[in-house]
Amino acid sequence: MDTARPTPTLRELFTGFFMIGLQGFGGVLPIARRMMVEERQWLDDKQFTEVLGLGQLLPGPNIVNVSIVVGKRFHGLAGSLTAMFALLFAPLVILLLLATLYGQYGQLPAVRHMLSGVSAVAPGLVLAMGARLASKLDRRIWTGLLVLATFAAIALWRLPLLHVLAIGIPVGIAFGYQNVRRGEKP
Amino acid sequence: MNVSLMRIFLLHCMFSLMAVGGANVLLPELHRHVVDLNGWMSSTEFASLYAIAQAAPGPNVLIVSLIGWKLRGIPGALVATIGMCGPSSVLTYGVSLLWDRFKASPWRRAIEQGLAPITIGLVLGSGCLLARAADLTFAAYAVTAVTAVVAYRSRFNPLWLLAAGAALGLTGLL
Repeated sequence: MDTARPTPTLRELFTGFFMIGLQGFGGVLPIARRMMVEERQWLDDKQFTEVLGLGQLLPGPNIVNVSIVVGKRFHGLAGSLTAMFALLFAPLVILLLLATLYGQYGQLPAVRHMLSGVSAVAPGLVLAMGARLASKLDRRIWTGLLVLATFAAIALWRLPLLHVLAIGIPVGIAFGYQNVRRGEKP
Repeated sequence: MNVSLMRIFLLHCMFSLMAVGGANVLLPELHRHVVDLNGWMSSTEFASLYAIAQAAPGPNVLIVSLIGWKLRGIPGALVATIGMCGPSSVLTYGVSLLWDRFKASPWRRAIEQGLAPITIGLVLGSGCLLARAADLTFAAYAVTAVTAVVAYRSRFNPLWLLAAGAALGLTGLL
């Protein structure tokens, strides 16, 4: 199933992550999924979920971890370095220019108003991305329950992330193991 | 302000390894160190750096570059960014090397299958938390909800939705 997917060249890795960095307003992950899964088709939704899972589980900025894992998957260390550099370079330059030129502009009412609009849209994009990934998940009772429980723990009960992971990961792996042993048949 | 580059670097190396869940989780801890413990800037300055980081494109983690910039200019920004991304990236690279080694193992498939629902629950949960933090009015909640439905159902480039949100924000309704 993997053979049909194109392997991006280093140059394509660079341009892909460069565009992700430049387009990521209010959160980069929805743009990253769109670029990697829909536009360039480097990964399918399942693979994206796996890569993102690793990125969330390990410390550090999620999208930077994703760039490391995706870069490595296609081109080893050179791929990781290329992807991470491409992701961060343009936003860093823009940010420093903005900060140097307009240190105070965050105070301007027009900018504040625009930001309030952007930051109302951004969570909607994250929710839509979550729903898309969920729609590609194996449909089983335990997967549905785990999604709900993790969601509730974070959003409703507001438990600390480390506690959620400490409980959720072993439970998830136990179900996953059962599933693999049963021969992965639904 | 005389904070050594080495100190900025080491502090961010620590943040890098603490940041399970990414940059947003780290924000209160950044504030605590930079404003409360070390008094490098006021709470207002911190908030305005955060606003700039949000207005600019790119990963949210780049707030640390601005903190480094505030303390020591461009070298400070570079050192903070490298410190923040370096240690966690080395760890991630190491883990994905290990991951490849277990390609055929049933445990790897068990872990992947088990983590997928948790990953998705975290994404959905963080979307809700973001909405709760950012949406102060009923109209803003409505915008979030409409965005979620439109982005799920259609293949619009998210940039259009963000631009529409910015325009709507300019009207002062949100």
